[in-house]
Amino acid sequence: MSLLKINDLKVHYPIRGGFFRGVVDHVKAVDGISFELQPGETYGLVGESGCGKTTTGRAIIGLNKATDGEILFEGTDLVKQKGSDRRKHVKDIQMIFQDPYSSLNVRKNILNIIAEPLRNFERMSPGEELKRVQALVDRVGLNPESIYKYPHQFSGGQRQRIGIARALTLNPKLIIADEPVSALDVSVQAQVLNFMQEIQKEYNLTYLFISHDLGIIKHMCDRIGIMYRGRFVEEGTAGDVYNNPQHLYTKRLIAAIPEMDPEKRFEKTHLRQSINEEYRTNYDNYFDKDGRMFDLKSISTTHSVALQ
Amino acid sequence: MTENLLFEIEIYRLYKEEVFLGNSVLEIENLRASFRIKGDYYAAVDGVSLTVHENEVVAIVGESGCGKSALALSIMGLHNLKTTKLEGQVNFQSQNLLSLSPAKLNKVRGKDIGMIFQDPMTALNPLATIGRQIEEPMDYHMKLSSAAKKKRTMDLLRRVGIKNEQRIYGQYPHELSGGMRQRVIIAIALACDPVLLIADEPTTALDVTIQAQIMDLLKELQNQIKSGIILITHDLGVVAEMADRVAVMYAGEVVEIAEVRELFMNPLHPYTRSLLNSIPSNMEAKAKLHVIEGIVPSIQNLDRIGCRFAPRVAWVPEEDHETNPQMHEVKPNHFVRCTCYKNFHFPEGRVGEKDYVAT
Repeated sequence: MSLLKINDLKVHYPIRGGFFRGVVDHVKAVDGISFELQPGETYGLVGESGCGKTTTGRAIIGLNKATDGEILFEGTDLVKQKGSDRRKHVKDIQMIFQDPYSSLNVRKNILNIIAEPLRNFERMSPGEELKRVQALVDRVGLNPESIYKYPHQFSGGQRQRIGIARALTLNPKLIIADEPVSALDVSVQAQVLNFMQEIQKEYNLTYLFISHDLGIIKHMCDRIGIMYRGRFVEEGTAGDVYNNPQHLYTKRLIAAIPEMDPEKRFEKTHLRQSINEEYRTNYDNYFDKDGRMFDLKSISTTHSVALQ
Repeated sequence: MTENLLFEIEIYRLYKEEVFLGNSVLEIENLRASFRIKGDYYAAVDGVSLTVHENEVVAIVGESGCGKSALALSIMGLHNLKTTKLEGQVNFQSQNLLSLSPAKLNKVRGKDIGMIFQDPMTALNPLATIGRQIEEPMDYHMKLSSAAKKKRTMDLLRRVGIKNEQRIYGQYPHELSGGMRQRVIIAIALACDPVLLIADEPTTALDVTIQAQIMDLLKELQNQIKSGIILITHDLGVVAEMADRVAVMYAGEVVEIAEVRELFMNPLHPYTRSLLNSIPSNMEAKAKLHVIEGIVPSIQNLDRIGCRFAPRVAWVPEEDHETNPQMHEVKPNHFVRCTCYKNFHFPEGRVGEKDYVAT
């Protein structure tokens, strides 16, 4: 059974206007997407800013309300659950946030930051709690004495690892990582990515990895979903998407990755130009008359594309 | 299309040869920029020498805190002089920019040196129209009638790839997307036909597809305007696509300079090699990325004796480092600092960084 199954998820925000501030239209941030996560895999959600990838992640964990659709976590629909019922399930889903500078409370020390989920969900004596936090802090490679320090005393990479420790406290099954490294330097980025791979094996985690960086997604993910304007454009294994992109938008995204071989820079520029040309001439083959993506059609067992 | 491509590569080769014969636009000699912290001066840029030729893109790469931006701001004279001490020489058009008075410097910057700033969201004035902001440097540096200014502005907007320039001319920054704003900033930098362009992380704040567009635009403009460009970035992908020569900076010093192909094919300095190994797209999927131990030291805590990268490659024996690291010309036009590159290897099986402890 899949760990998480999203069925036709929609998140619409109302636009109010007119005389009585009535709802005149909707912003369709997420407009009917479906995908599945198998236990232990890393699923990448890619797209430009504003395509709805973060909204999807936040809807799953419950920070945004889903307008329509189902979020089946281990078979239970989280959209229908309310209050304490929902809490029981949501405990197994944790989130790592994008910006380690603003996602840690500056007025709490590391002990209180990491112990907060424990205090919310588990009854532990202060001694047990301390032991647990120290073990976690040690696991993420920080000095156990540093639990009495405050976030400003740490560097960006260390803070992000504190964020990861907080996400790990309740032994979650699914971690939603929303751009976990985009605020970090390259070398620190490598450190955090390596670490995420290590703990994935150790704690048997499933990741929903949200990023706009296709290089990182390729490195980390087993399967990838490409989003554009709130819809899925293409879905498949990393190999499917990178080696055999079918949709024009996917090709465009992949062509935008900077070329690491200086010899090939002209080819890359030409590739981009020809794709942009195709975008102008063949637009109608890829988008319907409202500029909306078509529904996904599978072209192999693992690979599906939004084509007519 | 392939014919066209071969033709362009040929042109590129030809013009490359010309570059090395070309005149130098900017010569930086032993530049040192020190900031005052609690009464003492600490150098953030520590003895950098660098030459930029006509029609050449020189990229400066390094992690944050390596002094890349401090270097750019020193060239432009944008540091607060009350707390900054600038030493050395920045020779531009046969005058030392560091010795000029602010009034004289104002005649140079914005006219002969243009700057592209990192964040297109904050670099524009939200209260002035786009047209007004592009015309502003022309007011200071050129004597043009308002009709001529407007014509020139329209030309510039078209050159940076904005198609509906009539409309954009009267719009305010908040009405434009990030990519469009960055194009406007490039137009401002180009307003007075600069001889030298300094681009400080021009694509960092942008989406991947927009980044690709801006890179292509800069490459195209470079071919048109023939000016030298200093490109500051931490993204080695951007370097590989845009630069002609690359200077790798670490802790205020240049540790390696080489032509771009040479640097990517044959990187020598441990820092350059570590950087290249830490990029996900450079490695096999799911392979471990190289992690550079520790962090860039702050300018107060920096040990200025010996090889500055030594603490981050602790497995390299001490005798491999020079006591007073110098730049060595290993191959023609390929310079490396210190001797530790000779026997450098990545330790086997050392992955992640478990004993990276908070200080």
